[in-house]
Amino acid sequence: MMMSAQAYGDKGKMKEYHYTGPVEHKFSPYAFNGGTVLAVAGEDFALVASDTRLSEGYSIHSRDSPKCYKLTDTTVIGCSGFHGDCLTLTKIIEARLKMYKHSNNKNMTSGAIAAMLSTILYGRRFFPYYVYNIIGGLDEEGRGAVYSFDPVGSYQRDTYKAGGSASAMLQPLLDNQIGFKNMENVEQVPLSLEKAVQLVKDVFISAAERDVYTGDALKICIITKEGVREEIVPLRKD
Amino acid sequence: MALQDVCGLHNPPLFPQWTAPLSRSFMPEDSTHLSGGGIHGEAFSTRLPGRGGLSPLEFYMPIAEYLTESPINFGQTSLSSALTKLLEIDHLYPSLPSISLPPPTPCPISPSVPLPFTLSHGTTTLGFAFQGGVIAAADTRSSCSGLVACPASPKVLPIHSHLVGTTSGTSADCALWKRILSRELRLYQLRHRRRLSTGGAAKLLSHMLHPFKGTELCVAATLCGWDGDEEKHDVASTPQHANAPTNQMTAIIYVCSDGLRLQGELFSVGSGSPYAYSILDSSVYWGMSVQEATAVAREAVYRATYRDAYSGNNVDLYHVTAKGWRRRERENLKEEYYREKERERKRRVIAY
Repeated sequence: MMMSAQAYGDKGKMKEYHYTGPVEHKFSPYAFNGGTVLAVAGEDFALVASDTRLSEGYSIHSRDSPKCYKLTDTTVIGCSGFHGDCLTLTKIIEARLKMYKHSNNKNMTSGAIAAMLSTILYGRRFFPYYVYNIIGGLDEEGRGAVYSFDPVGSYQRDTYKAGGSASAMLQPLLDNQIGFKNMENVEQVPLSLEKAVQLVKDVFISAAERDVYTGDALKICIITKEGVREEIVPLRKD
Repeated sequence: MALQDVCGLHNPPLFPQWTAPLSRSFMPEDSTHLSGGGIHGEAFSTRLPGRGGLSPLEFYMPIAEYLTESPINFGQTSLSSALTKLLEIDHLYPSLPSISLPPPTPCPISPSVPLPFTLSHGTTTLGFAFQGGVIAAADTRSSCSGLVACPASPKVLPIHSHLVGTTSGTSADCALWKRILSRELRLYQLRHRRRLSTGGAAKLLSHMLHPFKGTELCVAATLCGWDGDEEKHDVASTPQHANAPTNQMTAIIYVCSDGLRLQGELFSVGSGSPYAYSILDSSVYWGMSVQEATAVAREAVYRATYRDAYSGNNVDLYHVTAKGWRRRERENLKEEYYREKERERKRRVIAY
């Protein structure tokens, strides 16, 4: 059930509960369902991880609603924000992938999917999909690629990106640990797959501590040239 | 199929004017509203007031065209209107780009949906011309009401080999409209076997943005380019030509989604532009060398990032000449802060 957006401040956090005067409640077509998504690109792998909690306001709708969706053997998309728009958007992307496959007789590459998603999102510029997308996959040369989007279709290729409710907490940590930003006299070793997976687990455990919308379980999709492998790790359930 | 409809990839009937009211099909000169997809044309015609079968409760509500039509399809001919355009329009106006203007409806009644999130804003971009070509520079911080959404976003986007555009405003709008502009310029080049001039590209962009005036679309771009053929490039970079800017093929035009289109020699756009203007106004002159121009542009962006909270991170610099654009390596301004602190420290030591 969707509650009015008036009850929410930005990012879906409930406003202070005191009487401020008569408030007009208008129907809002959006709701905020929480969740955090993270993607990391390595030399020859990519990771897309998300928590599996689906919440709304003070309630948890489901503890088993992962936000990563596998698109092709080399691409996984993570969508967080409003769950209704996430579902419709992934349906549209999957349909477009099939159409491309049938007309061009090959799968879409990660870069092509990113460009297509940008136009799909911008097509609804004046009534946007309330979804924060991150695509993780391998590019044509087999290197890891991460594409991060805003709700209206602006995108760019990154090495790592966090999106969703705990993104403001996770992104600085990733900047430090993967980007080596603002670290002096440090040897910048490229990230290995095992180290990346361990880092993602640690980072989500921290996020679950401090963000109420993140928790329950963590699902990591690991994309290598062998295909897509999944790992599920339990998180705090409170 | 419902999903095909949502994807926007359905096949419209071949000749929609056969099913439309007679008045529309006999107006070939008023062809501007026939393009942009037969579907919307049909939807519009069946909602005309005074039509027989409408009950009194079904009154005509003008929907804002922009809310139903995707901005991506702008200027594109769909399957059906391609044929009608071949029959009617091309022999009348062969050189007009296909611009789809919405039919002259009254102001939209439906308000736009209030968004639960903010879009990226805040920047410093600049462009100026000198005897050695055009310099376009920008910072790389993309902020979203207090949070730095991206510390390394490219704000100077090449449109084609001799045209570069700086972007300011909502980053999604700028990125997508640049893509649409690149597509239209490429189509123009293929159809007319010559590149469209910078002034022409600016006019095209301005006219494409016009239907969205009054909406929350926010694009403020400075198009910096070099017009003319490469063979004619014999503009000497000697001081004798220092006072002859009219020989140049450079063009800098500022285009805004409000509808403003200005040609000039020097522009700076964004929240950090006042700080950049102060550096540029004092240091830019026509006869400067390429190294000087690069240094001034970089300094202007650096000073703007120093004082403006919404600008920062790196500097991107592009130099456009007759041979095309050349991109200077992206420079992180963090080192510059430390270098300046070091110089300040040394100055204080010497003073005492």
